This record gives sequence, structure tokens and C-alpha cells, in this order.
Amino acid sequence: MSISLAELSRVAVFLQEHAEEVQAGDGGGLAAYAWLIPVVPMVVAFLILFFGKYSPWKGWGMATAALGFVAVYGAVLAVANLRDGIVAEFSVNVGDIGTFAIEWGWVVDGLSILMFFLVGVVGFLVFVYAKGYMRGDARYTWFFAAFTLFAGGMLVLVSAPNFIQLIVGWELVGVSSYLLIGHYWEDMDNIDAANKAFMTNKVADAALFIGAIIMSLSAGSFQFSEIFARMIGGETTLAQFGFWAGLAIFIGAMGKSAQFPLHVWLPDAMAGPTPVSALMHAATMVTAGVYLIARLFPFYQLPDFSGSLNTIIVIIGAITLLFMGLLAIVQDDIKRVLAYSTVSQLGYMVAALGVGAYTAGLFHLFTHAFFKSLLFLGAGSIIHAVHSNNMSDMGGLRKYMPVTFWTFLIGTAALVGIFPFAGFWSKDEIISSAYFNATNDPEFAAWFMVVLSILGAFITAFYMARVVSLTFFGTYLGDAKPHESPAIMTVPLVALAVGAATTGLLNIPGLTAVFTDWVTTRAFPIVEHHFAQPEYILIAIITPVVLLGLFIGWRLFGPSAELHHTGTSGEAADVSAPERTVAVERDTFRIPALYPVLENKYYIDDLYMNGIVRPTMGPIAAATLWVDMNVVDAVPNLAAGVAKQAAASVAVIDDNAVDGVYNLAGASTGATGSFLRQFFPGRVQQYVALSFAGVVIFAALFVIF
Amino acid sequence: MTIGDWLSEAANWLFLFLAVPTLVASVMVVSSRNVVRAVLYLVIALAGSAALFLMLGAEFVGWTIVLVYIGAVIILFLIGIMITRAPLTKSVDLSHPISARAPAALLSVLLFGLVGWAVVVSFGSETIPLPDEATRTGEIGVSIFTTWVIPFEVVSFVLLAALIGGIVLARRDEAPAEQQR
Amino acid sequence: MTIVQWILLGAAMFSVGLYGVLTRRNAVLVLASVEIMLAAVNINLVAFDTYLADPEFTGQILALFVIALAAAEVGIGIAIILMIFRNRHSADVDELNLMKY
Repeated sequence: MSISLAELSRVAVFLQEHAEEVQAGDGGGLAAYAWLIPVVPMVVAFLILFFGKYSPWKGWGMATAALGFVAVYGAVLAVANLRDGIVAEFSVNVGDIGTFAIEWGWVVDGLSILMFFLVGVVGFLVFVYAKGYMRGDARYTWFFAAFTLFAGGMLVLVSAPNFIQLIVGWELVGVSSYLLIGHYWEDMDNIDAANKAFMTNKVADAALFIGAIIMSLSAGSFQFSEIFARMIGGETTLAQFGFWAGLAIFIGAMGKSAQFPLHVWLPDAMAGPTPVSALMHAATMVTAGVYLIARLFPFYQLPDFSGSLNTIIVIIGAITLLFMGLLAIVQDDIKRVLAYSTVSQLGYMVAALGVGAYTAGLFHLFTHAFFKSLLFLGAGSIIHAVHSNNMSDMGGLRKYMPVTFWTFLIGTAALVGIFPFAGFWSKDEIISSAYFNATNDPEFAAWFMVVLSILGAFITAFYMARVVSLTFFGTYLGDAKPHESPAIMTVPLVALAVGAATTGLLNIPGLTAVFTDWVTTRAFPIVEHHFAQPEYILIAIITPVVLLGLFIGWRLFGPSAELHHTGTSGEAADVSAPERTVAVERDTFRIPALYPVLENKYYIDDLYMNGIVRPTMGPIAAATLWVDMNVVDAVPNLAAGVAKQAAASVAVIDDNAVDGVYNLAGASTGATGSFLRQFFPGRVQQYVALSFAGVVIFAALFVIF
Repeated sequence: MTIGDWLSEAANWLFLFLAVPTLVASVMVVSSRNVVRAVLYLVIALAGSAALFLMLGAEFVGWTIVLVYIGAVIILFLIGIMITRAPLTKSVDLSHPISARAPAALLSVLLFGLVGWAVVVSFGSETIPLPDEATRTGEIGVSIFTTWVIPFEVVSFVLLAALIGGIVLARRDEAPAEQQR
Repeated sequence: MTIVQWILLGAAMFSVGLYGVLTRRNAVLVLASVEIMLAAVNINLVAFDTYLADPEFTGQILALFVIALAAAEVGIGIAIILMIFRNRHSADVDELNLMKY
């Protein structure tokens, strides 16, 4: 998409025309005190770290109170925003580098309020759930300290008015993710998973730094609002470097939001406790990448600065969407299914932003947070009951765990997009936007997105049907005694189910535009299409696709697909013993050519391992060590050698010359003593004689002189 | 003043008559080969010095010498000789061999020569004014108890200390039974 | 009478006494030589007192003190000689060399 000068001026004119859209209140005192939102969890995290062990709930109380505070404040801000609109930004200067100011501050506008609300509400519910889930854990207090630190870091990230603070928050959530994934560090696999997450994110972070630096240098400031103002005012060099800056930043976002090919860490991150998976790897942390692109949307929506980046974003989002969804089909671990599903949905959000559907992408982020965390918590409830992550140990749990079953079902309905649950509205809005883009401004990327989205909807329905069938229906194949989880775990499930069911109603095209109003209060206008009515064509295509997927999944994996092998057990064939089921076979559907590829995750992990990790750990590390020891350390080694020589010669001087003086003094004293003692044989008369001789001599001297 | 002038005064003849025995007696003290005789020569020397004090008009000092020295100190010496079982007859071991005596003699002669020469050069022929009154003891008494009363008391303490010290030093050891406790 | 003769007498007796202190082997006789030296000092003191006609009689009183202290000294000295004799069964000063190096 190249831009012409005419189009450039068109954009500028449009921005000026729509300038009044951004008139909003400044939020007054509510916004001025919004710095409490990131600060309170950060402070509480440290309080828990030091004092948690001595507090009555071992740190859970403080953590949940902090998150509750954020939830309430976020809700209040949301209401105020919907009533008056808030766009406010506060910054405090903490230092300067040349002409660049380093500031700490907080942004209060629709986007950041959305994130505050999400982190607060979903986080609060997950924390309540975690009290039950983590009961008896050896590192209970530390868990909540790290979790609260994560919440604080995320809030720092989303309230950042400049790149520096954003990166600080980015790193904070990366560290907390590492700490929490590796919570059960007694098992080496968990440590490997934590390292994988951290390292993959680091690769992306390097790109993020580069992008941030390019963008800041081009614009002469770290602050987002200043960058955008100068961008539109024509004072930056972003027209030349914008593509590279945007690409690098997008790569950073890819890492955090697990887009293909940097998705490899998210499935492994399921090694962490389920509350962590629910909050961090479904609702909030992985959405940081989406948030970043949304925050920089004024840059990305103007192709005169971002060039053809949007195409790249859409294509990557679409690829992620479909191919990660395919991987979810073959997983046995229930959390991994949900992990790949998360990656797939993130692909939806990223692609939405790529086609310019700002509101649609954020709406999907919002609804996804509710139903995905609901699904994760439900999975956690199941895992808690059967003591296993694998669906081959589950089955027929609907009888034992009704609350979990019904809430999980609602979450599934929301995810696959069944009317009137949340996913229906948000997913449809994305696909509608892509379709609109494809029909109005024809381009390969948009059509690619539309087709893959529809396929993706089918796949999503298929694998979720598989999950529900294998878990809740059929015969129970495990060894444990499943039971419903305690209230402290089921109440958050119900709350989230309510959210999953109802949040879709916030943005029905043509009827309610609550969500749109919410997120479009920001300092810069967004150029996007708002639908006056749902696109009925798409609904007509997608809904049957989804229902077909559900049906096929149910048939292939449901109770009717189970094979019961009957027979007697034991060596001695006892004719009178009744025949009973000794083995149940299910989940036997295989596509011969496709499934091995899927089971090996497209061999990407192997590629990274052998192509990057092993060479780095082996030869590259050895070479670096050699350079460090011999080349870099040459100067200090030389200095040390010289110093040693100098010291040795000084020692020689010290031993011989300096000590020689003292030895000489001692020896001469001894010699003098030995000589003089001959004059004192112990005979008193001799002493008297000598003293009188002295007297005579002195007297003579006196007299004569 | 010449020797002739000096010898023409009668007092000087008396002086010589008293001084020479004193000196000779002291020489005998240091060179006699009999211990008892040495101590007795000491008596003569001290008596001579007492007489010389009388010549100078210091009769109190003179009689004190007779009382204290000759009366008590000599007795102590004799007791000392007795208890240390000194040979009471002639003995050749009383002095160091000649190799030690010669340097000592040299030293003494040097000392005497030095002092004598210094004195003669300094004082020349100055005379002593002899006192008029017969005795000056009363005035000495007054002087002791007014000007010199503190040294007097101190000396009495010294004598006390010497008394006690002497007793302590010369005590016999404890009985063996008590010692082995 | 001249003062010189008295001083010369005192110096002579002092030197003689010194010779005795250095020469004699018997401890008692060493003490006796010391007595001679002290007597010489007394002569010196009294001679100067008369020569100077001191109204305080400093010289004579000092001579009295010398006599008193000499007596005390002889007393202690004899006591010491007694103890040494008890330990070593000899009053020979040559054998009193335990303070040798």
C-alpha cells in the first residue's frame, strides 16, 4: 500500500475534521489519583514478600485486596468514562538524557481504563479461585507475591505514557511470568518451560527495544502523545524509518502475544499453576502485545508512516489463527488445548488490528479475557479433582462436577461463537471488518484473513467439542475420585460465566455501542468503520460452519464413539464370571498425513532447538568463552601479571633491605650486649670500681673545663 | 702560705698529731690481714675523727661519734665477724690479689689527686675562724628542732625502718614442720 | 688553720676508704671501709660548717644525720651478711656473684 502525497494530505484533513471526536473530560480527581492503580499492587507485592508469612491469610488477603481495589477503581473509572469520557495524561520528570526526558506517569483514557478493568476484575476472581486451588502449596505466600507483582507490572505497562515505562512494565510481566511458570521448579521440565518463555520473549524484546529506539529517535521524544503529535505535524523522520520501527515493535508484540513463529513458549507455559495460566496466559499478559499495537494505533493506521506493515500484521495474525487452532486438535493435555486456543484467538485480535478494526480487536480482547479465563479455571477445577491434566484420564465428569460442567459449557459456547454469547459478537465483528476491508479496498491480505477466519471458526468448534466430549461425557477413565470443587473455586467460575454470557451484549452492531464509546475516548481519532447492523451474510456463513464443527466433533469424540472392549480379566478363564468392560477406546480419530505433523507442532520446536538453541549452547558459547577469557581478559591478566612481578620484587626488597635493617639492628644490639656483659661479672666491687672511675672522669672533666 | 708558716701555728701541730694516726689507722683498716685488728683500727680512726671534731668546736658531733659509732657500730662489726666465722688470726685471704689491688690503688690515688689539686687551686690559704663560745650544743639543739625538725623526724623513721628491717632479715627460718605445709 | 688541710684530710680518708671497698674480700671489712668513707665525709662537712660559720649549723646537723644513717645502714648490712652467710656459709664477696649474666 504505497501512499501518495494526495492521500497524505487526505489523512491530515480527516484528522483535523475529526478532531472534535476526541473532546473529552480530563477525568478530574479520579484520573489524577489513577497512579494508585499500578502502585498499589507493586507495593503490596513487596509487602507480601516480606510480611506475607505473618499475615492471617498468608498473603492472599493482601493480594486480593489490592486486586479488588484495582477492580473497583477500574469500574469507577469505566463508568465515569462512559458518562463523560476521560482523556488524561500525567507525567513526572525523573531525569534527562540529552534532549530526551525520562518520565514516569500514567495515561487515563479508554484503552487504559479497559485494561485496568480487565486486570482488576478478572484478576480479582482468579485470586479468589487461587486461594482454593493453591491450598497447601509449599510456596503459597511467594506465589501471591509474584502474582501481585505481575498485576502491578501489567498495570504499569498499560498506564505507560512513554516507551521507557512501557518497557519497564513489559519486563516486569516477563519476569513474573518466568517466576510463576517455574513455580513447581522441583521438576526440570517446568524450569525448562520458564526458561523457554523468558528466552523467546527476550528475542522479541530485543526487537521491541530496537523499534522503540528508532521511533523515539525519529520523533525526538519517548512520550507517545508527543510522538503522535510530531508525526502528524510533520516534524519526524518517521516517514522514512516508520516501517522498520513499526516492524520491530510488532515483532516485540508477536513475542509477548505468542504469534507464529514466536508462539512456542505458550503451550509449555502451561507448566505453571492453572490460575497463572488463566490470568496471565489467557486474559492479560499475552494481550500486552495487542495492547501495544492498539496504543500505537495512530501510527499503524496511517500507511504513510507504517507503510505496508498492516499487510504483514494481518497475514501473521491469520496464519496464527488457523495453524495454532489445528494444533489444538491433537493435544491430550486439556490445558494445552486451551493454550493453543488462546494463541489462535490472539491471532484474531492481531489480525483485527491489522485490518484497522480497532474496536473489534479490543472487543474480542475483552470478551476473550472472560471466557478464556473461565475455561482455564474450569480446567483447573477438573485437574484439581482428577489429579491429572490429560483428557485420557477424564470422562463423564458431568455427573460429578455439575457447576464446573455448566460454566465450562458457557465458556465453550462463548469461545466458538454461539449466539447470544460473547464470542459470537466479537468474532463476528472482526470477520465483518475484514470482509468490509476486503470488499471495499481489495487486497490479498484481507481476503486471506476472511477465509482463514471462517476455517478457524470451524476448527475452534471442532476442538472444543472434542474437549467437552472427552472430559464431561462418556466413561470416566481415571483412577481418582472426582468431586466438585469447593465454593471458593466455583463462585469465580459462575461470576466469569456471567461475564462470558453477557459482555457480548455491550457492542451489538446497531443496538448498543457501549464498548465502542468506551475505547474510542482517546487523544487521537481512529479511522474505522462502525457497523450500523450486523453483516447477515457472514452470520449466514459462519453459524452453520460452527454448528457443523460442533456436530462432527461430538460424533467423533462423544459417547457414541467409544469402543468398549469386554471380556474377563485375569489368567484363569472363569466361565461363571460376568463380562465387563476392561478397556475403553476413544479419541481414535486420526488423519494419517496431517496428524503426525500436528503432533510434532510443525517441527518448529525441533527447528529452534537444533538450529538455534543447541548451537548457541554448544559452539557459540564455547567460542564466546574463549574470546572472553583470552581477548577481553587479556588486559586485566596482563595487569595482574605485572602487578604480581612488582609484588615479588617488592617482597625481595622487603625481605632483604627493609628486614635487613632490622635484622642488623637486632644483631648489633645482641653483639654489643654480649660484648658488654663481660664487664659485669656479678661482683659488686667491680661495679663500684667502675662507677667511681666514671665519677673521677666526670669530676676531672668538670674541674678542667 | 708556706709550710713553714703553717707549721708555726700550734693548732696545726695538734691537727697533725690527731690527723696522722687517723689516717694511718684507716690505711691499716683497709690493708690489715687480721679481721679483728682491722675493726680495732677502725675504732682508732673514728676516735681520731671525733677528737678532730672537738678541735673544730663541733663537740656534739664528736661525742655523738663516740657514742654511736664506737659504742654501737663497732659492736655490730664485731658481732658480724663473730657470726660469719671469720678467721680470727692472720689470714692472707682478706684482700683481692695484687692484680685487683693495683687498679684500685690507682683509682684512689687519682681521685685524691684530682680533689686535692682542685681544692688547693680553689681555696689556697684561707683560714677557718674558730668559734668563741665554749659549747655550741644548745644552739645546735635549737637549730635541729626548728629548722631541721622535719628531716630529724624522717631520720627517726628511717631508724625505725632499719630496726624492723634488721629484725625481719635476721630472723631464723620457720620450723620445718610449718614450712612443709 | 687553713681549710685546705681539713679537706685534704677528708679526701685522703675517702680515697683510702674507696681502696678498701674495692679491695677487701670479707663483706664485713667492706662495710668497715664504707664507714671510713662516711667518716671522711663527716670531717668535710664539719670543717666547712666551721669555715662558713653557718648560723643554722647546717654542716654539723648534716653530719649528725650521716652518722644516724650510717648506723642504720651498718645494722641492715650486718643482717644481710648474716643471711648470706646462712645460705652460702661464706662471707667472701667473690662468691656473691649470682647476679652474673
